[in-house]
Amino acid sequence: MTAMRLPQMASSWLLVGAAAALAGLLASLAPAAAETLILSLSTHRVAITSTYTGSSIVVFGAIERDERTVARAAPYDIVITVRGPRRTTIVREKEKVGPLWLNTSQRRFVDLPTYLAVLSSRPIGEIAGGPFLTRYRLGLAMQITAPGMEQIVSEEPFRDALLRLKKEQRLFAEDPRGVTFLTPTIFRAPITLPAVAPTGNYDVEVALFVDGAQLARQTTNFEVVKTGFEQATVTLAHDHAILYGLGVVIMAVVFGWLATVIFRRD
Amino acid sequence: MHIYLPIAEMSVNMFTLLAMGAAVGFISGMFGVGGGFLMTPLLIFLGIPPAIAVATQTAQITASSVTGTLGYWRRKALDFKLGGVLVAGGFVGTLLGVWFFNVMSRLGQLEFIIVISYVTLFGIIGSLMLAESLKAIWATRRGVVPRSRRSGEHPWYLGLPWKMRFHRSQLYGSVIPIVTLAMLIGFAGAVLGIGGGFILVPALIYLFRIPAAVVVGTSLFQILFTMMAATLLHAITNQSVDVVLAMLLIIGGVMGAQFGARAGQNLKGESFRLLLAILVLGVGIRFAIDIVVEPQDPFSLVTVGARP
Repeated sequence: MTAMRLPQMASSWLLVGAAAALAGLLASLAPAAAETLILSLSTHRVAITSTYTGSSIVVFGAIERDERTVARAAPYDIVITVRGPRRTTIVREKEKVGPLWLNTSQRRFVDLPTYLAVLSSRPIGEIAGGPFLTRYRLGLAMQITAPGMEQIVSEEPFRDALLRLKKEQRLFAEDPRGVTFLTPTIFRAPITLPAVAPTGNYDVEVALFVDGAQLARQTTNFEVVKTGFEQATVTLAHDHAILYGLGVVIMAVVFGWLATVIFRRD
Repeated sequence: MHIYLPIAEMSVNMFTLLAMGAAVGFISGMFGVGGGFLMTPLLIFLGIPPAIAVATQTAQITASSVTGTLGYWRRKALDFKLGGVLVAGGFVGTLLGVWFFNVMSRLGQLEFIIVISYVTLFGIIGSLMLAESLKAIWATRRGVVPRSRRSGEHPWYLGLPWKMRFHRSQLYGSVIPIVTLAMLIGFAGAVLGIGGGFILVPALIYLFRIPAAVVVGTSLFQILFTMMAATLLHAITNQSVDVVLAMLLIIGGVMGAQFGARAGQNLKGESFRLLLAILVLGVGIRFAIDIVVEPQDPFSLVTVGARP
């Protein structure tokens, strides 16, 4: 609908808005008439071991309909947003000060997800129009922008740099064809985690759209944890720092001494 | 083959690290220095967070200086009394260094401090070493016999109070300049992840006229104990020592040092000092390039906040 109406779009914002509001209203009034999302993750726990180089998790989903669900003329669209544990990220900009390049200005992105992935069945811009991207907070750019801050131009270079650098680290990912429909109502999407993705809880939010209107939204989650030796090392280093420190020193001394025994030249 | 570093929270190629450890170990064996001044920058350029590179490197220097100290001890080329005084000063410096490191880390300025320190410290020391070794090479070419030490000739700082006699080092003088020097080395070592042998050895030779026979062994002795203290303090106060990374660096370093020591035996004194000077200066210049040349990307990211 949105795509077909593109030429008249500017004049039909109100209409589209009203339609979406109506759809939302209908969904809340008559839950039996709307679709529901059923989700399943290939795993809820990613274990970091000594050979860990990143991981991949698959989201499986089914769109459940019943006899009273209205028939849809357009196909379903799915947008999956994965958010990793939140931390503050600082973006610094270097500028020339005299002969030196120094970090002169910075922006703090407070409580920003350390990992972000937006997967969809087709480009987000085709799934929902401009105002809906803001409204439903769809797409990568929306995730890193606080509500109401979208128009502030001075923030833009920092936001762009954040997106670009995080994408280079593969901590931010956007895949407009990441969701594949196996049947018209069953889909799958792989989430790739790089080795640097931090430990903690990851939220997976799946939203169902038809004709630019959101029909259902469902969340699930998984966690990334260190296990075995890696977990033991971190626990020891943090909770028994003195013991850990002594252990490392003793190890270093023993290795150094062993070298003199093995390679004794005189 | 990749291996996950539990504290650095990243996956690195095991063989890259072993090879780096071996290469630096080779150079350190050849020159009889710890190699921290090469290893820490290499780790930083490899993408290991500077805090973890520095803290972990102190463990590697501990291991390599154990090997060195034991070797010199066996040959009795070590002054324990002077070493003890140096260690005492070194401990104070290390304590202050780790404290400074943690404060700068909290303020988010650690990376800048490390880079600036490498540029200035290595630039100055490297230039001094280069000038000195070129002068020595020039003098040998022209057949000038270097001026030997005359008795009764004493620099003013040895005349300060708290005099002590060090028989093995043929030194009688105030401990104040010795302790101060040791403190500075300990401080720099804890902040920059270096042993400081390449500063301590020439300083002991030129400032205190310590005989070359005991100077390297004594300096290694001081480095061993200050680096043990630095490892322990870093582990306790900032939890940045990565045991897996340390182990890889130590194993690589131990191997490399054996071959380096053999290669170093064929090197003449002057060319030896010239090469070391070029290395030190090179590291300083490499860091200088980072802040002088226009960066490819003016933007950089830092994530702050407690690790879970």
